Amino acid sequence: MSQPRTIVIAPKRGFQLIDWRELWAYRDLIYFLVRRDVKVRYVQSVLGFLWAIIRPLSTMVVFTVVFGRLAEIPSDGIPYPIFSYAALVPWTYFSSSLTAATGSLVGNNLLSKVYFPRLIIPLNPVLSNLVDFAIALSMVGVIMAFYGIAPTAAIAFLPFLVLLMMLTASGLGMWLSAMAIQYRDVKFMLGFLSSILMYAAPVVWPASLIADKFPEHGATLRLLYGIYPMAGVIEGFRAALIGARPMPWDLIVPGAISALVIWLSGALYFRQRERFFADIF
Amino acid sequence: MSRPAIEIDHLAKRYRIGLAEELHDTFGGAVLSWLGSPLSNLRRLRRLSRFDPGDDADVIWALRDVTFAVAAGEVVGIIGANGAGKSTLLKILSGITEPTAGRAVIHGRVASLLEVGTGFHPDLTGRDNVYLNGTILGMSKGEIDRKFDEIVDFAEVGTFIDTPIKRYSSGMHVRLAFSVAAHLEPEILLIDEVLAVGDAAFRKRCLGKMGEVAASGRTVLFVSHNLSAVERLCERSVVLDHGRIVFAGPTAAAIDHYLRHTLDDGAALGDPQRRPGRGRVRFTRIWAESGGAETVHLTSGGEASICLAYRISGAQPIRKVRVRLGWTNLLGDPLLTCINDLSGFPIPQLPGPEGTIRIHLPRLPLNAGTYRLNAWLKSEREIEDLVAEAGELTVAGGDFYGTGMSIPADCGPLLADHSFEVLAPSTAAGPAGR
Ligand SMILES: Nc1ncnc2c1ncn2[C@@H]1O[C@H](COP(=O)(O)OP(=O)(O)OP(=O)(O)O)[C@@H](O)[C@H]1O
Ligand SMILES: [Mg+2]
Repeated sequence: MSQPRTIVIAPKRGFQLIDWRELWAYRDLIYFLVRRDVKVRYVQSVLGFLWAIIRPLSTMVVFTVVFGRLAEIPSDGIPYPIFSYAALVPWTYFSSSLTAATGSLVGNNLLSKVYFPRLIIPLNPVLSNLVDFAIALSMVGVIMAFYGIAPTAAIAFLPFLVLLMMLTASGLGMWLSAMAIQYRDVKFMLGFLSSILMYAAPVVWPASLIADKFPEHGATLRLLYGIYPMAGVIEGFRAALIGARPMPWDLIVPGAISALVIWLSGALYFRQRERFFADIF
Repeated sequence: MSRPAIEIDHLAKRYRIGLAEELHDTFGGAVLSWLGSPLSNLRRLRRLSRFDPGDDADVIWALRDVTFAVAAGEVVGIIGANGAGKSTLLKILSGITEPTAGRAVIHGRVASLLEVGTGFHPDLTGRDNVYLNGTILGMSKGEIDRKFDEIVDFAEVGTFIDTPIKRYSSGMHVRLAFSVAAHLEPEILLIDEVLAVGDAAFRKRCLGKMGEVAASGRTVLFVSHNLSAVERLCERSVVLDHGRIVFAGPTAAAIDHYLRHTLDDGAALGDPQRRPGRGRVRFTRIWAESGGAETVHLTSGGEASICLAYRISGAQPIRKVRVRLGWTNLLGDPLLTCINDLSGFPIPQLPGPEGTIRIHLPRLPLNAGTYRLNAWLKSEREIEDLVAEAGELTVAGGDFYGTGMSIPADCGPLLADHSFEVLAPSTAAGPAGR
């Protein structure tokens, strides 16, 4: 027999970093938990995964009527439907992953019954929502064909933007889930926080509006605005898919830096709090 | 002792329990505290994960100074009353929660079974749930692939395996869940109270499976309230009481210690305020006597008394009393019931304010085993007090029939005087047998 594995159980002190080796050892569990989420999501519904398209599509219709037609918000010269749909695809992913991640620990009885790396729980919706995301994304192609827009080479940046979007969602997800398990207020706050975050992101309006409104400080303001990672992600999606504008690196670079900061601090905070999860869930 | 598998060293665990909310008797006070409630809530919630020196009013120690070692291949039982800290100990050993102090060293791959069917999702099929639950318990996909057919066979769910489990009967659900757990193959297994599921036949199979696990040289920590299962499976047991180890040693002695303790405590009677009944009379203590002395050891065929101490509150006389003492097995099935007026001992009025009712059985007609007691008291056809769980008693196998031998415990719980005769068909006075 091989040398038995020895585990020492004792109160932990100080900061814990993410244990990638352990996460790798639990890859089968991650796979089956994600699969459960995906399989269960549209169970017993007639339209099934069509809902992944219907949700952003119906929002697109509303936004087109209200913001495109009535309020006449400019859309960088792109037809408003495709302008808003290209933004709604990453936004829908972000907000549903964040909501699911935030509530994922509260009342989760797995916490008190088995041990596995707790990080898996909030990361699970970030992975499982990718399926809906991919389906909604495929619809972009249909709408573009309808408007006769051909994709450009910029589409090659898409994987990087997806990564940035996942990083942001999981970083905030770690922060909020670890807070929500102790303070349920976070759950109530998230309701309006996510609509504030949406209007703060360039979903219904183009980021080019900033430079138009403040011509003298436009460049600096855009860099500052870019600290909000979803700004770069959404404008990046428009540039990568529709190609009407160059890639907005002045938004993406600050966004990537702040997403990394959010993610690392979120991981530290989560690992710091996780020792209490099973006691207070 | 061979190489240790688990070494536990002064382990302690502290929990915060909620203090009662303050009550206000003036409207103004209530409004003021309502205005200040976000602040006090914040303080309360923060304290869930913070322990400051000196605030021990709402802190409990679920474990204190727990030290023991388990050798590789040993099966050790953990017994104790509700809230003694048994589950907490297993949670710490499996890494679910962190100890407050002390440490434990575990040599080998651990799996814990604190619940069967953890992570089961009603909308998923049996197959999906087997994989999900299996990986949650720590198996790899390849391992489940290999054992899948065996798991399904053991669970006897057959063709239902591709049906969502919400369409299963609850028995099938439990069988599937247990079956996954039963196919775990860790070196060290921590089990908490999971055998009390399913129907009798399945429970028996579970116990059989547990016996196999125990015999296969695995190290097992086994928590159960089913004392006969503990007795069957574990050579050695640890008794926990309010977070401390009060006894560690051979299982029979441990069970003895535990039973003496819980009965002595009178804790089994619970809070009289919460018990049903009108409450003009309440039982205050229930205990067993044999040969005039209090005991927790009764023997089959031996002399036994159960005593019910009571207290009358108020001045009203308690008339037309009916007292009922029930004996059940550990599953709660009634076996024997003594009711005073039906067996010819009417009690027209209960003397007060305190007293004891003694129920005497000159020859206890119960076989070796563990039994539970319950009791109620009615006066004028109304329930005054009802104790659903008045404690457990073990009966040792005794010489009921005066033959120097006793009936095996698995022949059932009841003993009765009887005789055997052989009647030959033709000659009434013929010799017995042929
Ligand atoms: N998360 C928690 N927060 C506060 N107190 C807790 C928590 N978990 C357990 N306790 C307390 O710790 C004590 C020990 O609980 P534990 O679950 O270990 O008991 P047990 O011996 O398993 O009891 P049972 O036989 O009922 O299963 C109890 O008083 C319980 O109320
Ligand atoms: Mg328990």
